[in-house]
Amino acid sequence: MNSVSLMLAAYLGAVVLFILSLGGFSKQETAIRGNMFGIAGMSLAMMTTILWCNWTVSGLVCLVIALAIGGPIGFIAAKKIEMTQMPELVALMHSLVGLAAVLIGLISYYASTAKANSTEEGIHLIEIYMGILIGAVTLSGSLVAFGKLSGKIGGKPWLIPGRHWLNLSGLILVIVLGYFFVASESKTFGSIPILLMLATSLAFGIHLVIAIGGADMPVVVSMLNSYSGWAASATGFTLSNDLLIVTGALVGSSGAILSYIMCEAMNRRFLSVIAGGFGAESGSSPSQATPEMHGEVVSISPNEAAILMSDAKRVIIVPGYGLAVARAQHVVSAITNLLRERGVEVQFAIHPVAGRMPGHMNVLLAEAKVPYDIVFEMDEVNRLFPSSDIALVIGANDIVNPAAQEDPNSQIAGMPVLEVWKARTSIVLKRSMASGYAGVDNPLFYKANNRMLFGDAKKTLDEVLNLLQNLTGKTGAA
Amino acid sequence: MKIGIPRESFAGEKRVAITPEIAEKLIALGFSVTIEPGAGVGSDYADDAYLEAGAMLQHADVLWSTSDLILKVRSPVANEVERMFLGSWLISFIWPAQQPELMKRFASQQLTVLAMDCVPRISRAQRMDALTSMANIAGYRAVIEAAHHFGRFFTGQVTAAGKIPPAKVFVVGAGVAGLSAIGVANGLGAIVRANDTRPEVADQIRSMGAEFVPVLFEEQGTGEGGYARTMSEGYQKAQRETYARQAIDVDIIITTAQVPGKQAPKLITAGMVESMKPGSVIVDLAAEQGGNCELTEPGTVVVRNGVTIIGYTDMPSRLAKQSSNLYATNMLRLIEYLCPERNGKLLIDLKDELSRGTTVVLGGEIIWPPPTPKPALPSGATSPIVVPNANGNKLVVQKSSHTRQPFVWVTIGILLLMLVGSFAPPAFLAHFTVFILACFVGYMVVWNVTPALHTPLMSVTNAISSIIGIGAVMQLTDSSIAIQLLAGVALTLTAINMFGGFAVTQRMLAMFRR
Repeated sequence: MNSVSLMLAAYLGAVVLFILSLGGFSKQETAIRGNMFGIAGMSLAMMTTILWCNWTVSGLVCLVIALAIGGPIGFIAAKKIEMTQMPELVALMHSLVGLAAVLIGLISYYASTAKANSTEEGIHLIEIYMGILIGAVTLSGSLVAFGKLSGKIGGKPWLIPGRHWLNLSGLILVIVLGYFFVASESKTFGSIPILLMLATSLAFGIHLVIAIGGADMPVVVSMLNSYSGWAASATGFTLSNDLLIVTGALVGSSGAILSYIMCEAMNRRFLSVIAGGFGAESGSSPSQATPEMHGEVVSISPNEAAILMSDAKRVIIVPGYGLAVARAQHVVSAITNLLRERGVEVQFAIHPVAGRMPGHMNVLLAEAKVPYDIVFEMDEVNRLFPSSDIALVIGANDIVNPAAQEDPNSQIAGMPVLEVWKARTSIVLKRSMASGYAGVDNPLFYKANNRMLFGDAKKTLDEVLNLLQNLTGKTGAA
Repeated sequence: MKIGIPRESFAGEKRVAITPEIAEKLIALGFSVTIEPGAGVGSDYADDAYLEAGAMLQHADVLWSTSDLILKVRSPVANEVERMFLGSWLISFIWPAQQPELMKRFASQQLTVLAMDCVPRISRAQRMDALTSMANIAGYRAVIEAAHHFGRFFTGQVTAAGKIPPAKVFVVGAGVAGLSAIGVANGLGAIVRANDTRPEVADQIRSMGAEFVPVLFEEQGTGEGGYARTMSEGYQKAQRETYARQAIDVDIIITTAQVPGKQAPKLITAGMVESMKPGSVIVDLAAEQGGNCELTEPGTVVVRNGVTIIGYTDMPSRLAKQSSNLYATNMLRLIEYLCPERNGKLLIDLKDELSRGTTVVLGGEIIWPPPTPKPALPSGATSPIVVPNANGNKLVVQKSSHTRQPFVWVTIGILLLMLVGSFAPPAFLAHFTVFILACFVGYMVVWNVTPALHTPLMSVTNAISSIIGIGAVMQLTDSSIAIQLLAGVALTLTAINMFGGFAVTQRMLAMFRR
């Protein structure tokens, strides 16, 4: 039997499994099956490749060692990670793919001996070049994103003056270096442009992400997700391997769609997000004190909040990044169960960009065992606010800002928001009156039907939970 | 300004626009009020009562041709409008969508017309909302009419002479009229059920004491301004089935379903009427818009298969005194609003949503329908460009970039592909084809992913992107030890990703529970 054909057939099988895997994620019910398909596809692809290769002893030793080190590290990281830290983990993993792409690209440049006709050789060199370029941007960008998400680097956008020009000149430099790289006669001579390019693209990746504010992190994380796919695809071109090309393209387009969805949810253009600097733009003047800003901020105690919630018929909870920071998902879940036992209808409203990566809030709530059929998306839940008694906003700001609808001059004008102010009473849990990542003041806090509940989300909600339990106990006794 | 209140000319109409009590208040606002003799008789207001309130009596001909402002209930007919003097004012029910001819006549008379049926549905306009007042009365009267034609008690009783089952009432459409009917029928002791296409009114239905009968089909029925809208075919089928089951069971059906500016939907079919028990009653409050029941004859009562079908179009007029009181109060609130200086002059501020929406003709210019208010225009949205054409009229031209854009991009794409094709060798193109196709497959598949699963999707795609490790494995077979070591590092990295990515995805997915 032709072993090459056999391998290609196995690769085709792997690709089909990957497509089925992504398809499985359309519903919660089929998602686990989807993941299984992914594992099956990956195993099939790895097994086939390993069996097909002609191994030397040292190569085989390297293989075993690599898997023996990498596998357990991955497993342990996956088991130990807190759900609130998912964005960091995902960002870090993207950087690994980027680094691998860089290494593989470099290896295939230095190891390749084939010298076919000049066009083919040229294209091959361009492929290598692209592979390293995308890999390097993914690597450094993901590392910066990881730093920002884990708080090791400040969340505010760092803006270098003339940054657009810097980006542009970087791009031109990379193209020029590419020309020299392809044109170079020997590998020693080609090393100079490729190493320069590596440095440039690493700097470019850092610069790209560091200029983006924390509120735009969901876009960045999904963008890097996309890049890691493109890096795999480019490596596939380098190695003339269709499996890598196809799989990389699947991942790449998946990430691209996610970025697009996130941008839509913020009413922003993709280009302006990656060009960076949202919320710190010096040129445009944000709207000055609108009339609503002059209202009074009314704060309440956890006790009052508990009474309000226990008397309500319907409570809608709006979680934001603050919930993740305070790790308050479990106490929220406990409050939810208590309220539901009392006959209060509880729903969760998830804004598409709540949290620091797409679907972040859903994962946290799922971890805390909140049933997913009471968790709603923005479009579904917005019509429910007018008939709800309480909208409880936990550590969210921009996604519930009425200025997006009411003030055409606001920086976030036109961004779809959760209309919590339409509930009879909205309660906002917040540490202080500081503005959100977008740096925009929130007129919600000054509305007559809004109450502020200041303090750490976890501690405050613990208190609310206790009070609710007491209330329930009393009614039970009476 | 001189206000004129003519007698309603429509046959059987008993209401009057202004009651003596309100006339007195209008005079206090600085207006003079004249009334046609006998205008208030249908609502039990004698001419003397108006005279006592300070109004004057004038014959119709004089009244129509000399009043600055005519107040009416029903929209005037052509020969009435002709008698009004150029540039005078009119406030009444108008229904501009159904009366294009009348609107043109208003324009040619250079009138300023305010339509009581066009008062915007905003909270500060509630005091002026005559449609709500009238609907409330219609709902009340519908139950009274039904009780009148129904041969039994509404309330269930156990008497010495035997057990009387309570009447079952099904109300279709829970707008103001429907809710009012529910309340009255409930008060009389009937078992009341109701349905509405707008799911958010289910709570209101329950709050009035009725049981909400859901139509089991996923669709949202709330249209603009909180009114109902026309529903899809699938929904309508599910709705008919629901109604057919109710028809067999209940004694009285009260239908109130209307979609603004359209024929009333035919919800109760002849077959459903046939399935009802003899002696049952249907009250069709949408009779004026053609009726919700196929067998309704607008304006009269008919009996079909032993079922009485009431198609009166003048329910509010059948409770004339109550209707006139409420209508006159709504009018007074509107006039007060438009006369802030209390000097007997009306002012219309077109920047004000309330004045703008209510005014349908301004000094001869038809300004209905008003522009739909938008809370905030998204910054990226294409805004309409206003271009004056040769006649000086304004034409609104929408930018057509949205329709052209795809073609432009497709063309650019094809050109780029051909450019690639003319340089690259066939081997590369084969890979390239696969690449582009894979992008499309990914695009199609990922669009279906539910937003709740976006994080697991990212972690699984991340795990899948460690397919790049295949490259590292292949390079491990190289003879050079240095390359093997480098490839080994690359494989270690991807292995972390591979195992970790799938494992963490699995962990996340296991948490999702119903």
